[in-house]
Amino acid sequence: MVSSTRRQLLTALGLAGGTAALYQAMTVMGYAADSRFTGPPVLSGARKGTKVLVLGAGLAGMLAAYELRKAGYSVRVLEYQNRTGGRNWTLRGGDRVVEMGTPVQKVEFAPGNYINPGPWRIPYHHRALLHYCKQFGVALEPFIQLNYNAFVHSPDAFGGKPMRYRDVACDFTGVVAELLAKSIDGHTLDQELTQEDRMQLKEAMRGWGLLDEDFRYKSSVHTSTRRGWEKRPGGGPDGAPVPSQLLDRHDLFRPAMWQSLATFMNYEMQTTMFQPTGGVDMIGKGFAKQVSDLITMNARVSRIAQDDHGVRVTWEHTGTGKVSEETADWCVCTIPLSVLSQIDIQVSPGMKAAIGAVPYTSHIKMGLEFKRRFWEQDDDIYGGISFTNQEISQVSYPSYGFQSSGPAVLLGAYTKSMAGLDIAGMTPAERIEVGLAQGSVLHPQYRKEFSNGVAVAWSRMPWSLGCCAIWSAETRKQHYRNLTEIDGRVVLAGEHASYLGCWQEGALLSSLDAIKRLHKRAQEA
Amino acid sequence: MNRYILHMLAIIGISALPVMAHADSPGAGGDSKNDMKTGAEVYQHVCQACHMADGKGGKGAAVIPALAGNPKLAMAAYPAGIVLNGYGAMPWFNGTLSPEQIASVVNYVRTHFGNAYTDTISASDVKAMSGPVPHMTH
Repeated sequence: MVSSTRRQLLTALGLAGGTAALYQAMTVMGYAADSRFTGPPVLSGARKGTKVLVLGAGLAGMLAAYELRKAGYSVRVLEYQNRTGGRNWTLRGGDRVVEMGTPVQKVEFAPGNYINPGPWRIPYHHRALLHYCKQFGVALEPFIQLNYNAFVHSPDAFGGKPMRYRDVACDFTGVVAELLAKSIDGHTLDQELTQEDRMQLKEAMRGWGLLDEDFRYKSSVHTSTRRGWEKRPGGGPDGAPVPSQLLDRHDLFRPAMWQSLATFMNYEMQTTMFQPTGGVDMIGKGFAKQVSDLITMNARVSRIAQDDHGVRVTWEHTGTGKVSEETADWCVCTIPLSVLSQIDIQVSPGMKAAIGAVPYTSHIKMGLEFKRRFWEQDDDIYGGISFTNQEISQVSYPSYGFQSSGPAVLLGAYTKSMAGLDIAGMTPAERIEVGLAQGSVLHPQYRKEFSNGVAVAWSRMPWSLGCCAIWSAETRKQHYRNLTEIDGRVVLAGEHASYLGCWQEGALLSSLDAIKRLHKRAQEA
Repeated sequence: MNRYILHMLAIIGISALPVMAHADSPGAGGDSKNDMKTGAEVYQHVCQACHMADGKGGKGAAVIPALAGNPKLAMAAYPAGIVLNGYGAMPWFNGTLSPEQIASVVNYVRTHFGNAYTDTISASDVKAMSGPVPHMTH
């Protein structure tokens, strides 16, 4: 609770110095600190000629390279792929998806269409990522996160018929409000609440849940102002609206219903959400523009050795097979643990155990191209996400190109865990068939309008063997510190070395933290 | 284990654990194939994602181990322990697959892909090997 003196002080500051000053003051006083990022690192006084070898040219690696060179270090980056950006990746027409053990997929999207198989959206409080997007000229546009007119579907609710998110959200709120008002009348909350509280809460339930004068949630003009109409308001003599009917309340309590509502309450899922204009890889390209002269591609690291004086990394050119050694004073290693756990790395037993203790997710994403935007034209869905508890888990509609004619690409599946594994084991054609069959439940237009598609299984990615690090309460406790402490002359960075896993922001925060500590250690050495 | 119990377990798991609460995640949807009975079914719907339909694994920046002709399968408890607890990039399946399913798939793998072991592992053996289920947090 902000004390009244402090509140007065903050108000005064706000009036005197504007929002920025108020924000600054609040940050200093411990409020509004919703991101660790306060600005790019100030790394002054690097010893001339000190060499840092960065392993991996994903966002964590390229950020380390960028900031360390700026600080005066001599930097080189080794990258396994023939492409920078790592999991920051966009697929467009003409691109190829090469998995282990899966026939190669050629993307056939029309020009201008794309799918982001990895990261795709940026919460407004991911300040580090937003900072570097701005600095490197990466244009952002809104990512439609919550769409009230999208669908929520579960085979065990409403006879398997997809419902509009708006109706589910409205009716769930109304029914809960009615039940709570009823339980106040039934004196079940007398112990918890004072008489005044109970009166106020009951009134709150009426307003919040759109209850009538008898505290009932019913089909009416009143409830239809939130949940929409059977017949919408119009002009002229017959313009009067017809209220909509409520959903069966028993089916509202099915897990898939409330879980879809709860998703958007998650801190990381709250709007405003952004996406880079033209594909998420605009971020990777923005970083690469800064450091591409430092990067050696097609380099498979096979050994990371170190002693008191420096690091020695052995790597093989994936094209020619030529083996080389690279020495440096320090090493920032951003190789995913799924791969690093199989590399001969000379670190303490604690770090070695940590590297081997973190499994990776098997996310699936499908990009499906359709001949027209039937979700917009027929269903009034412009961007946003429909949920289903079939294996595909969700369908997300493009947040760009609204109302344009011609083909468009939607995200036809975004799933993980057991569903992700099941789909990963299929051929591309079988995966797409799953996407079409299950997506047809939401949109019967699928079959008629389908043009082509691509399905990415992260567990089969040759360069990452998975999508994101999976931490448990147990492994965090046992291994996280060992994983992230500087070990001699080696420090690890990436989303796996953060508490914001599976987000680009986590990779950046981890990288910034690692290089700050490394710089300090280098100064002391 | 029947479908109902597994389904209840899945529901309890979803509601009790903040699964990937911080991660960019598809949300709670995506029902898994939790009615698998035979080892062949478990292999097809789970293991094949990485170890491939022919059990030969894969090779990229790192290796997905082959199960075909892998001498580490000689003792059934070894693969059963890996499936329960995970290894490297491979997640744990303790709490996701039932002891029956784990026993079935281990027995399946040890008698297919050119493997021909004659001993089997039982669900109760797997159950005896199972520790507490980790709490996924991300």
